[in-house]
Parts: sequence; C-alpha cells; structure tokens
Amino acid sequence: MKSITAQHLVKTYRNGQVRALDDLTLDVEEGTVLSVLGPNGAGKTTAVRILATLLKPDSGIATVAGIDVIKHPEKVRELIGLSGQYAAVDETLTGWDNLVMFGRLYHLGKAASIKRAEDLLERFSLTESAKRPIKTYSGGMRRRLDLAASLIVQPKVLFLDEPTTGLDPRGRQEMWGVIQELVKGGVTLLLTTQYLEEADQLADEIAVIDRGKVIARGTSDALKKQVGGERLEITVENSDIAKTQEIIARISGTATHTDVRTISAPVSTGSLALMDALRALDEATIHPLDIALKRPSLDDVFLSLTGHVAEETVEEPAKKKRGGKK
Amino acid sequence: MKHTISDSITITKRQLLQLARIPEVLVFSTIQPVMFVLLFRFVFGGSIASGQPGGYVQLLMPGIFVQTVAFTLASTAIGLAEDMKKGLIDRFRSLPISRGAVVIGRTFGDALLNILVLTVMALAGYAVGWRPTSGGLKIFSAFLFLFMFGYALSWIGIFVGLSVKEARTVQSVGFLVTFPLTFLSNAFAPTTGMPRILQYFAEWNPVSTMVAACRQLFGLKNQFGATANSWPSQHPLQTSLMYMVLLMVVFIPLSIRKYKNTSN
Repeated sequence: MKSITAQHLVKTYRNGQVRALDDLTLDVEEGTVLSVLGPNGAGKTTAVRILATLLKPDSGIATVAGIDVIKHPEKVRELIGLSGQYAAVDETLTGWDNLVMFGRLYHLGKAASIKRAEDLLERFSLTESAKRPIKTYSGGMRRRLDLAASLIVQPKVLFLDEPTTGLDPRGRQEMWGVIQELVKGGVTLLLTTQYLEEADQLADEIAVIDRGKVIARGTSDALKKQVGGERLEITVENSDIAKTQEIIARISGTATHTDVRTISAPVSTGSLALMDALRALDEATIHPLDIALKRPSLDDVFLSLTGHVAEETVEEPAKKKRGGKK
Repeated sequence: MKHTISDSITITKRQLLQLARIPEVLVFSTIQPVMFVLLFRFVFGGSIASGQPGGYVQLLMPGIFVQTVAFTLASTAIGLAEDMKKGLIDRFRSLPISRGAVVIGRTFGDALLNILVLTVMALAGYAVGWRPTSGGLKIFSAFLFLFMFGYALSWIGIFVGLSVKEARTVQSVGFLVTFPLTFLSNAFAPTTGMPRILQYFAEWNPVSTMVAACRQLFGLKNQFGATANSWPSQHPLQTSLMYMVLLMVVFIPLSIRKYKNTSN
C-alpha cells in the first residue's frame, strides 16, 4: 500500500513567475524510506509543506495514509510528524517544557505528556539537558529534540525536511543513527536532503528532483547503474603518469581522465580489470600510490541527470566525461 | 473544535513559561510604563497648567494607561512574527490542534500581561499622587475598559504579525502606527491647540475616546481636550465600546482566517 502519493502537484509563486513545483509526481510505499534529493531551490521543501498540510498546491492531488491532504488536512495532521529545516521548537523553553507542551497539544493528558516527554528525552540522549533552554543546545541536540517533538504520538508517516543541514560531521552521524533506529520501527519516512551521501545511507528509494520535477527515481544502486558501471582509479607519481594513462586506456578500451596524479576510466569487467591493471603496472615497474575500483557516486548520478552539479565541489571537466550515459 | 479552549490555554501557558524562563522581559515590560509615569509626571507635570484639582497627574494617568495598553498591538504582532520566523508556527500548524488556538492563546497571554502591567502602573501612579475620586465600581470599570481595549488591539496585532512576518519590520510598523495615534489625542495635551484638521482626527481617535472614557470613570470633570460638542466627545464610553466591538468583529475572524491560510 502507498503511504504517500502526490500526483501532478503544481505550486507557483509570484503570479506564476516562479514554478516551485512543476508537475511533481511521487509515491512512497508503506514502511519504506524515500529520499527526495535535490539542490537548493529544487522544490523539496515546497513538496513537504504541501504533503504536511501547511501549503495548498495550485493544482494536483496528494494523499497521506490514504487521506486527501487538501480535502481533509485535519485528519492528516493526526497521523503525521514533521520536523523542519530549522528546528521548530521554542528556543526560550527547555527541552522538557517543549515536549510536554507538544504532548498537551496532541491532547495527551498531563501525566501522559510528562511520561512521553521523559521517554523521548531518554531515547534521544537528552535527559541531562532536559531542563536547559534549547538556546543552549548544540545543533545536533536541537535537531534531535525537534525530531522527538514530531514523534510524540507515534506517527504513521514522518516528514523530515533536511534533517542534517548545517550540522557538523559528528552531529550528522548521530542524526543518521537516530533516523536509522526510527526506520526500524516501521514508520514511513519521506526525507529531503541536499546530501547525496545521506540519501544513500538512509533511503530505500531516491527521487531526484530538479526545478520542481522528479527527474529520476529508483534505488541508489539502480540510479548508479543508470549513470554507468564502475571506474578504475589509480594514483601514481608524476613521472609515471604518461605510462599509466597508456596502460589504463588499453585495459578499459576508452579514453582516460586525469585529475592531477589520479588517472581514471570506466571499466566493464570489474575486479578482473583491477587485476589486469595491477599486473600491467607491475610489469612496467610502476608502483601505484593508490588503486581503487569505484562505483559511481550519487554525485555522478546527479550530474549526469541534471547536467549541473548538486554541490559546488564537483569540477566541470568531470561532468562532460561522465555525462555520456547509455 | 472541542479542544479550542484547552489548546489555547496550552499556548498561553507556553507564553507565561517563556516569561518565567526569561524574567528580564517581564521586568522591562513593566519598567517602561512606570518610567513614562515618572517622566510625564515630573517633566511636564510642573509646567502644564491643567486647572485640575489634584494636578496634572490626574489627567495624565488615564493617558498613560491607554498609551501602554495600545502598545499591546505591537507586542502581540512582534511575538507572533518571531514565532513565524522561527518555524514554530509551521510546527503548530502541522499538529492536530484547533485552528484558532495558536492565535487565541497568544491574545490571552498578552491580556494577562496587560493585567500585570496595569496593576504596576496603577501603583506607580498612586505613589506619585494619582487619586481617582469615583467609586470602586467605576474604577474597576475603567480598568475593564482598558483591558478590553488591549484585547481588541491584540487582534489587530495578530493580523499585522501574520501579514508582516518580520519581527523588526513589525516593530517599526508598530511604532509608526501607535505613536501618532497616542500623541494625536487628548492623552497628554489638550487637542484645542492642534490645527483644526488634526482636532477632528484627535476627537474620533479611539485613543482619545478611551482616555476620555477613563477620565470620566475615574471621576474627572475636566475633559481636557474633548473640545466641541461632537458625538465622541459627548459620549466617550459609548464610542470606545463601539470601537472595541467593531475591532473584534472585524479582526477576530480576519486574523483566524489569515492564520489558516498563512504560509512562510
């Protein structure tokens, strides 16, 4: 059964000049995780806001847990949890205050609200900071508290809008752990992210969106396949670059790409190609500094699908080479 | 809808809890009106010949009461705009709570704050010589009027806060609206000294009618600025009441609808 469906959602701003969503269609199977992946301004947040009943689309239909979000938003709200891009909790209050307040707003009794707040604080390792104002929390703690607030009544469907944006690597790792635990509990999760790695880590399926449209959909592996097979990457001393390029070109049968001292090329025979390369290098008495067989990253996927990079760190030349998919 | 009241109270409690967590806010929001009482009493009080038995302070206090209560508009709007900006309103809107609760709760909170502020000001006024001469019931009615006026303005504040969305802009807008309104009135000086066109404005200004109503209820004879025989000058109680009802009838549904349809 589908827990979330969105069909032909259109949302425009400024009298139609900006099309935040342009015929967006997606669905999420019950109990699975869909990551909506896209750069800033792709329409991720708009999509979440519509599904979470905060925004009405110009046209299109959407359901959550089988309920029409436009016709019966009040019923949908009983079943969902939402954790936003910036921590939407009261910063002047303590973590405990916040969770108890949200418990009351979900119409749990006073005692039940307190019990639930304490359980959640415990579960997200916030018990020690429970009586401190949120202002004093670290970014990671804040996000965990925000997430806890969306889990007061076990939601059937959970929306996490960029749960790790702005967190340091450690905070991100912690958050991923928390989300993975959550998913084991069987909640249906729609997660938006700009981080390809995050989608790869957490999602069963990925929907890549760009300019308000889903441009690709599938498992992480399927998307990677769409871009092409594995690549051989060898790093050598400067003096060996020319020779290595020759060897790699012979093994892969295609042109190589050189990035400083790292030579790479697509290969179709997997580990056999790796062994061939090692043998040939050994015969030529070249000692590679590093050698690897790499599967394409989601960065490559994004690049080949959209023609532009998801993050500024991917350099231009790589784009043209890797862009040639079958 | 059965939860409207309890949800609103939860939101109000949150606001009170905020005050408990940062007591400075409470201290400063009461210091400011007290400062006004002292400044006006001792800076102008000596030089304004009010002709009022008991001195200028008798005329001044109703003016400062109304002015302070009028600032509720801005404080409600600022509080709401801050919640919007921080994404808290989005969170509330994703919860299965009554649609009106978030804004109703805030107006309750600001109303409670007004009770406290009015009490502190009354005490400060008493300390500097303010002595209402009417009976207890009339004095109580005056405070009830002030309280209701603040509550009605709170609903405009809700609408402004939801429309403007940026707390700093709200603050500027708040000052732009409340300053002329409170000074183009009979609150601190007689309107007879103003240009003719401003006199008309000042006479119909709800701040003036409120001030006149309070003066009347506190037992003052001299209406100080309620110039001509115009209707609002003759019937300040009725005019004020009419304004309050009008504001609430217009802005309560308008604000609740705005809240329902709002989005960042």
